[in-house]
Amino acid sequence: MTETLQPGGNARRFLLGSVLGAGALLLFKPRLARADDSVEVKIDNFVFMPALIRVKKGTSVTWVNNDDIPHSIVCPVLQVHSHPMDTGEKFSYQFDKAGIYNYVCGLHPHMHGQIVVS
Amino acid sequence: MSYDPTNEPDASRRGFLKCMTWAGTAMVWTMAGGIPRSRLIGSAEAATTSDPFSFVQISDSHLGFDKPANPDVTATLQDALNNVTAMPKQPAFMIHTGDITHLSKPAQFDTASQLMGATKLTVHTVPGEHDILEEDGKSYLNRFGKGAKGDGWYSFNSNGVHFIALVNVVNLQGNGLGNLGHAQLEWLEDDVKHLSASTPIVVFAHVPLWIVYEDWGWGTSDGAQALSYLKKFGSVTVLNGHIHQTMQKVEGHVAFHTVCSTAFPQPAPGTAKSPGPMLVPAAELKKRLGIAQVSLVSSNAPLAIVDTPLAS
Repeated sequence: MTETLQPGGNARRFLLGSVLGAGALLLFKPRLARADDSVEVKIDNFVFMPALIRVKKGTSVTWVNNDDIPHSIVCPVLQVHSHPMDTGEKFSYQFDKAGIYNYVCGLHPHMHGQIVVS
Repeated sequence: MSYDPTNEPDASRRGFLKCMTWAGTAMVWTMAGGIPRSRLIGSAEAATTSDPFSFVQISDSHLGFDKPANPDVTATLQDALNNVTAMPKQPAFMIHTGDITHLSKPAQFDTASQLMGATKLTVHTVPGEHDILEEDGKSYLNRFGKGAKGDGWYSFNSNGVHFIALVNVVNLQGNGLGNLGHAQLEWLEDDVKHLSASTPIVVFAHVPLWIVYEDWGWGTSDGAQALSYLKKFGSVTVLNGHIHQTMQKVEGHVAFHTVCSTAFPQPAPGTAKSPGPMLVPAAELKKRLGIAQVSLVSSNAPLAIVDTPLAS
């Protein structure tokens, strides 16, 4: 199932430090996408891969859950809270504004990632 | 049961690891004056034979899960409930410490209600994080939260024991630690204020109230504050699920215990890359699943907890 949400979704209350996991994120080489790209982030073994991506405005990012347990995408700044993605399910979001967006898994907030939109 | 200080549990790291190896094996855990002792199930049966009051804890049924770690969680929940109904002396009631469902779907809740209802036992529940994925938790509260406060917390008395059901899965903190929140903590403080210090207290919630393994969010960020309201009580037993394995520890008069899942096991803290479902050989699965029976075993209010795997 692929689900696409726009800003204004029903976000739950999650604490998300602006520097959450920044050190760990730097370990991964950022991926740069063109404006017309759609970028995929895989979820494997409770990790977003890649954890940090850089995209142009208008890029759609799709998360794919490859784990045997559901995950969700929660980005408080954008008030995005996806439905839980079961195994093989996807969630897409189009980033239309420049900025740095930290997100976590709503069920497992120790999983974190970052999208840098320019 | 008399208190024997020579049998006090080893709270050291060695003792902690030894407790972890009990997952999947039957044991009894008795508490006298707030101090628990563990023994194998053979002596447990002797200890519980004459007790007038016991209840059963089940947890983490994850109805709807169908992956290789357990393709039929409905069948293993049914096995667990069969073990309950087969008990020679029926427990007073059953508690379910959350993750009743895997994805909070109506059909999953309905199956749970049907299976648990067939036992004819009163079931007291708290939600796990998998039970509040839809409709801001209303799908859980509409079925199991009648009469509860806030996100589903409540208390009740039974056979001289005061039971407190807490919800710590709504506002996960940091790495995923559970959280009770200000409103629930205030309610808890008021709930126990007028109780006698000799009243045995049983607290149950989904995520462990103590910090089991912070990297995986296995603990409750403000659990210590909740426990501070229970300091005056001589016997406090804390029952949790979430981590899908048996673990215990003792701090003063507070005894903590987590129970196995009825669905699938999870790895011991830090022994795997992630806390996801652990695939074990099919013949091993039911040794990693189970239920717990908690008993009041004598007049001075010790409690005994017997963990029983679905297969020995």
